[in-house]
Amino acid sequence: MPDQVLFAAEVMLNGLMAGVLYSLVALGFVLIFKASGIFNYAQGVMALFAALTLVGIMDGQVPFSHLINAIFGTNIHHFGWHTPALLAIILTIMVMVLFAWLVQRFIFRHLVNQEPIILFMATIGLAYFLEGVGDLMWGSDIKKLDVGIPKGMNETIESITHGAFGYGFFIDNLDIFATFVAVILVAILVCFSQYTKQGRALRAVADDHQAALSVGISLSYIWILVWSIAGFVALVAGTIWGAKSGVQFSLSLIALKALPVLMLGGFTSIPGAIIGGLIIGVGEKLFEFLVGPWIGGATENWFAYVLALLFLVFRPQGLFGEKIIERV
Amino acid sequence: MSNGSEGNFVTTDGRNIGGVMMEMKNITLRFGGVVALENISFNILEGEVRAIIGPNGAGKSSMLNVISGFYIPQEGEVIFQGSPRPSLKPFEVAHQGIARTFQNIALFEGMSVLDNVMTGRLTKMKTGIFSQMIWAGKAEREEIENREAVEKIIDFLEIQAIRKTPVSRLPYGLKKRVELARALAAEPNLLLLDEPMAGMNVEEKQDMSRFILDVNSEFGTTIALIEHDMGVVMDLSDRVVVMDYGRKIGDGTPDEVRNNQEVIDAYLGVSHD
Repeated sequence: MPDQVLFAAEVMLNGLMAGVLYSLVALGFVLIFKASGIFNYAQGVMALFAALTLVGIMDGQVPFSHLINAIFGTNIHHFGWHTPALLAIILTIMVMVLFAWLVQRFIFRHLVNQEPIILFMATIGLAYFLEGVGDLMWGSDIKKLDVGIPKGMNETIESITHGAFGYGFFIDNLDIFATFVAVILVAILVCFSQYTKQGRALRAVADDHQAALSVGISLSYIWILVWSIAGFVALVAGTIWGAKSGVQFSLSLIALKALPVLMLGGFTSIPGAIIGGLIIGVGEKLFEFLVGPWIGGATENWFAYVLALLFLVFRPQGLFGEKIIERV
Repeated sequence: MSNGSEGNFVTTDGRNIGGVMMEMKNITLRFGGVVALENISFNILEGEVRAIIGPNGAGKSSMLNVISGFYIPQEGEVIFQGSPRPSLKPFEVAHQGIARTFQNIALFEGMSVLDNVMTGRLTKMKTGIFSQMIWAGKAEREEIENREAVEKIIDFLEIQAIRKTPVSRLPYGLKKRVELARALAAEPNLLLLDEPMAGMNVEEKQDMSRFILDVNSEFGTTIALIEHDMGVVMDLSDRVVVMDYGRKIGDGTPDEVRNNQEVIDAYLGVSHD
């Protein structure tokens, strides 16, 4: 029986680690939703695109090589150099900022004061467009991403737990790294939104465009800022997911897992996104472990959504969402 | 007091009225075929309380929106502090020291009263984003200074008790006052009030009138306001512009305006026989 308990503890820990990755994706959604009231369907694709760009730059891939070759009959694929990881990351960040500017300039600037549903539809279009651009730019093959993130079982934890309980926990180094990154990222974001004037301006814009203008806030500046930050968060999420399971187009589907996370945590809360991700991560692993065998397994596919459904019924604003106050 | 548009005199209650702060020259604003403002000219003097009145649909709010940059007129010129103003975006107008309130209250409903008023200080904050995040020396000093300025305004408008309350929970009259506080926090040269007393009961109207007069006399803030309530306007303002159907039909001291035949016709109606 103690073996069972230990095993359950290990499952929980692994669930926590998986939850961190969900949280990272959910964070990107929360940021844009908080700042512009837009539910950004393209967040998952942005993570994919950022990871593709990072790999492409690192490998010295020629962007749009298939297109160029098809038009000019050439046969170029690589520049023949490799970019160091740090430089590649900086270049990718610049690409994501440029992307933010383009999104603001050509889409959302023209949709000020539109219904949220219109803005949401625009992000759906953006998602498919960006997926296509990613394909055209970097090709659709699965790529290996190695930016020097440690991988494999953490032996220290294994040996310590083995010594203590006679049972070694298997924890992936990559997951530990992801946890650190998430903690740092959240700390930075919370400081940003609570203590800077840009953060205050961002909350103001989310609340009322007219009033924000009247106190001297430039809407386009704030929106470019927000989309840039969301692009950066997407890059972090895409890099870690990419390092874990390769950069492939199914990466954009993990965005769907962020939905139940958001329903749990609330669409407007950064801590909510983190806690929501952890609950879903732990919940689905434990549920699979405890209940799975009784009902035929594969519960990880639907557990998160059922949990989210329960929350929608009993607490629609999520655990940390802004209270829905209505004066009558 | 005279109707002299050149300014530089002292009012009977001892306030200094300076030179021309803002001049509207031949402003025409159209929405498609509808002419909202037709060839309107008037000026606002430094330190005065200037009212814009008129019946419903006269174009008062349009006028205020032109001043605050929300509407760009097709014709005419806005001269602010001596130089012609190019067509600015509303947020750029705010940076020039023009603050405003809205007819249908535009507050940040999700934030506390204090945070709302603090947003009024955004144009005053200069330190870099990174020093703000780590709360470094200069950023901390700046935040403290701004907090002090905001607390003064909160005291002044007597809203200490609701500082931490989310705005969405406040009754209408208090919301109006919070909006005034946010506009004041920017320490504006020119304060624009769009129907500051609309929808208030008598007591709230008296409070608001008192605050407007106090702001004008204590901070020396120039105020341009739109109001429906004739009685209130006549008591508050130094000079009044009267509008009807997008045209200016009167301009002068409250007494002059009150005796202007065209104004009387616009307000009381005129027989057409």
